[in-house]
Amino acid sequence: MPLPFNILVLVCLLYVIFLFAVAFGADKRARHGGATWLGNPLVYTLSLSVYCTAWTFYGAVGYAARSGLEYVTIYLGPTLVMIGWWGLLRKLVRIGRAQRVTSIADLISSRYGKSNGLGVLVTLLAVVGTTPYIALQLQSVTLSFAVFAEQGVSDWAGGEWAGGQTPVDLSATALWVAIGLALFTILFGTRNLDANERHNGVVTAIAVEAIVKLVALLAVGSFVVWGVAGGLSGISQMIAESPIESWTIHPGRWAGLTFVSAAAFLTLPRMFQVLVVENVDEEQLSTASWAFPAYLLLISLFVIPIAVAGLAVLPKDANPDLYVLTLPLYYNQQGLAMLSFLGGFSSATSMVIVASIALSTMVSNHIVMPIWLSVRPRKEATVSGDVRHLVLSARRLSIGAVLLLGYLYYQFSGGGAALAAIGLISFTGVAQALPALLGGILWRGASRRGAAVGLIAGFVVWAYTLFLPSFGDTGIMSAKMLAEGPWGIEWLRPRALFGLGGLDPVVHAVLWSMLINTTAFVTVSLMSFPSPLERLQGAQFVNVFEHSARARSWAHSGAEAEDLLIMAQRTMGADEAQSLFQRQAVEQGKDGYLPDITPDFISRLERELSGSVGAATAHAMVGQIVGGASVSVEDLMAVADETQQMLEYSSQLEAQQSELTTTAHRLSEVNEKLTQLSIQKDAFLSQISHELRTPMTSIRAFSEILREGGLDEEAQGKYARIIHGEAVRLTRLLDDLLDLSVLENGQVQLNPQHEKLSLLLDRAVAATSSVTEGEITIRRVREAEQTQLYTDTDRLAQVFINLIANAAKYCDAARPKLEIRVSERPGELRVDFIDNGSGIPVESQGMIFEKFFRLSDQKAAGGAGLGLAICREVMDKLGGSLSYLPGQGGAAFRITLPQAS
Amino acid sequence: MIQMTDRNSDQLAEKGSDSEETRRTARQVLVIEDEPNIIEAISFILSRDGWTVSTHSNGETAVEAVRRVAPDALILDVMLPGRSGYDILQDLRADVATRDIPVLMLTARGQKNDRELAERLGVNLFMTKPFSNAEVLENLRQIVGS
Amino acid sequence: MSLPREPLFLARQNYRLRRIADAARGLPWIGMVLFMLPLLAAGQGRNDTVGWLIFIFVTWMVLIVIAAILSRGMGRNRIDQGGNEKQQETGREGNP
Repeated sequence: MPLPFNILVLVCLLYVIFLFAVAFGADKRARHGGATWLGNPLVYTLSLSVYCTAWTFYGAVGYAARSGLEYVTIYLGPTLVMIGWWGLLRKLVRIGRAQRVTSIADLISSRYGKSNGLGVLVTLLAVVGTTPYIALQLQSVTLSFAVFAEQGVSDWAGGEWAGGQTPVDLSATALWVAIGLALFTILFGTRNLDANERHNGVVTAIAVEAIVKLVALLAVGSFVVWGVAGGLSGISQMIAESPIESWTIHPGRWAGLTFVSAAAFLTLPRMFQVLVVENVDEEQLSTASWAFPAYLLLISLFVIPIAVAGLAVLPKDANPDLYVLTLPLYYNQQGLAMLSFLGGFSSATSMVIVASIALSTMVSNHIVMPIWLSVRPRKEATVSGDVRHLVLSARRLSIGAVLLLGYLYYQFSGGGAALAAIGLISFTGVAQALPALLGGILWRGASRRGAAVGLIAGFVVWAYTLFLPSFGDTGIMSAKMLAEGPWGIEWLRPRALFGLGGLDPVVHAVLWSMLINTTAFVTVSLMSFPSPLERLQGAQFVNVFEHSARARSWAHSGAEAEDLLIMAQRTMGADEAQSLFQRQAVEQGKDGYLPDITPDFISRLERELSGSVGAATAHAMVGQIVGGASVSVEDLMAVADETQQMLEYSSQLEAQQSELTTTAHRLSEVNEKLTQLSIQKDAFLSQISHELRTPMTSIRAFSEILREGGLDEEAQGKYARIIHGEAVRLTRLLDDLLDLSVLENGQVQLNPQHEKLSLLLDRAVAATSSVTEGEITIRRVREAEQTQLYTDTDRLAQVFINLIANAAKYCDAARPKLEIRVSERPGELRVDFIDNGSGIPVESQGMIFEKFFRLSDQKAAGGAGLGLAICREVMDKLGGSLSYLPGQGGAAFRITLPQAS
Repeated sequence: MIQMTDRNSDQLAEKGSDSEETRRTARQVLVIEDEPNIIEAISFILSRDGWTVSTHSNGETAVEAVRRVAPDALILDVMLPGRSGYDILQDLRADVATRDIPVLMLTARGQKNDRELAERLGVNLFMTKPFSNAEVLENLRQIVGS
Repeated sequence: MSLPREPLFLARQNYRLRRIADAARGLPWIGMVLFMLPLLAAGQGRNDTVGWLIFIFVTWMVLIVIAAILSRGMGRNRIDQGGNEKQQETGREGNP
């Protein structure tokens, strides 16, 4: 019973829906703080399987049918890299994490002095090298669809698809697949910006697909060995009788391809993405070092048997690249064929998804962002624009563009060439980044110029000897040029450069491109003199294990911390930015959200930002606020002492130094606080005296006037009212003072109750309605306020009321608005009160929680200036906090409450 | 008493336009204070006692107000918005036109060093709030007379 | 056998870890040599595809097993070491 094509489409759709569900579930789980599977080293290992694309799934068998055992070289190279992880990969991953690298282009750009030019170069190389590869995946999915469709036609000839037309429009299939993949990638690949927030959904889906393709290939292989050949001896017999037996090893290709595959394993954008960027923990590498080679071994295990069986039983004109699919169909194993189809589909889709995420990150960070930054006027770009939104849009558009490019390549290349050929061309292309990559992490002398010249030279040689000739003699290069060289210059023949003929084209291209690339890279590096920043980065990368100190680059600067916070919030998101600034402030021994702008802080901020937008862009963005890049003498000294001992010694000294500085900072602050305290005590007494005596004065004066008599009724009434009003004021003041004193002495009796946050806020808003009525619009998001609280709700309401009333009184916007924003963090509930006024000046931000502090001398405001001081004490007693939140555009207060998780 | 009237008549003569008023009621006092209720109380007491009362409640422009009004006596609060009473007093004493105006200082703080500072700056009398009405009147008369 | 003193014991742990790391660094080179062995057969005119197939896969498997043993050895030693891990990393490891 043949499998109807419609059912195939249906199963395929169901599978896609299943993948969406898996990705969605994993993302949701991760967002809600649940355990993610990403920490699992096996998931990491499975995600590495994006190395095995449709080229492996379909192409390996075809490759084996054509060139015998040679296909294993493609898997031997990565195996060698993985089992040697301790030496190289560990360093790469450590650098990736220490420098918050987002892509291979970012790594190279960051290493060579945050040069965006190099970033652009590597990005272009990656796009050109990957586009044919994406086309290849689209082609394989299309071809596999066609296999089923043709079968349907032959079985149902004259039936449903009367007229003998091909039921599937191949290019339409490719288009739909491309659109579907773009959708998936945009949905799950651009959820978050920071490279260090992993793509939970994508990686989990990729891991599932990895299992599907392995199971599918093993199932087909087992079927061939035990179902068709009748066991191991049977299959040995078949191999011995097949044309593959007469295969002879081609030494150049064997060694060359092992090398290229090892190189590509490190430099392919998608491999770099899963290997380095998505890596959560270095320990994962240790497991993957043997588990991934085992995966590769299993994938390669049945390739020869399947190829042999295909060659033996299928017609001569059958495409060997599709044996995995056509063999089960030949034996009428519909279920197996279906599984095999899904395996191939998984291989193709996982590659395209990861590759387009990797490429879109590179395109948006190294091409779109720099252009945008240079177009916008200085500073405005980073402070006022919504960078986060921009970057995400750029990534989404890039994903669409990358897939469109792949589709167009598929359309124009006609999808003809054997799958393996395209794969090797791509591999050789992206391998051109290897000298710059390895040189960058192993050799301090590697320079930006060297890397650029090497990359360009390698790229040109690759394009000339392999990529352009691959279009055939009808393409860009004429048959004459291929045979005789351009303008008849024989030693420039694309396939026999410098007269070295008779080589396999791929080996020829690998040999010359890598040789010229490496030579140029080393020679120019030796001759050039790198900039200080470049040398700093070089030291950071090469000695990543020795000193985990961060990349330094900015000297002192007069940048406003608040400007930086605004910029960081726009790029990294408010939460991350605030907690980064707060952490840094705490480390410096300060309160609040605004740390001192030290070189250390700037470089830390820059590194965090580079996790979102890449090192070069982050450097430029910070540069717009901080003002020109400068490297201090201290930094230069760090470069100058080239010897390892000196570096170690100086980094130890540096650690001690910074510890001392922090301690000194804290001490001087404590000292200042103590001297302030006695001054404050006097000032406080004098303040209380003033606050009490002032109403008392009016009361005494008017009561004397009344006592003397002789007033008309109206005046009597008026003066009595004044006395009453002042007495009330006095009472309120005494109440506040008592309240504060009780709170400060810790004698307060808390009365915890259960209440929903939304109801509590309702109460507070209602209580202040007389003040806020018509004065200020309050915006709330009720869905976020559904948390059940267990705390002294009356005290908390008192704080809410105070903050709302303050906003109503002091917000100076033309149309005052107050936004109450509730958010939950693990173990913490946050309620932010943000108005749209002009906010509180930085110099006053530290004072507003002091007793009797008034921002202006408006007595009209009525209070004695104790409100915020009381609020802060209350929040303290409730186990939470109240702080001023700078950089929100208006005055903003944040309340935090502990939350039992 | 005689001395007092003489002195006042000299000043009134300089001002000219106010000279038709009787000597006693024509005396002018400027109250610099920012609490509206206290202003009201002082104004009531003083005008009932025959003073012409002007008021001013901003510390920054207080010195100008004194020059413009040229009062016979000044009642000055210490805690004023914009500028403290001490600064104002210092300015007044440094200017020939205003250095002789008798000043009665009122403060709600009333600590020892406040009083000392005021005296060093050349205050005529220093009173702590709250005050008795009679005392204010008596003190005002005393500094104008001295 | 006399009881080793405490510091000596720790140093031995550290020493073991370094030697495991040496082995891990050497493994890919051994693998490379083994994987390139089929090149020697080139030009001898004798075809033994099944033989080489078995050779490659057995070599592959052995490398995987050794890599697994080394990675486990390294993991266990590092967990045992605890606080010493950092010191080990700041040593002269992984430097060309």
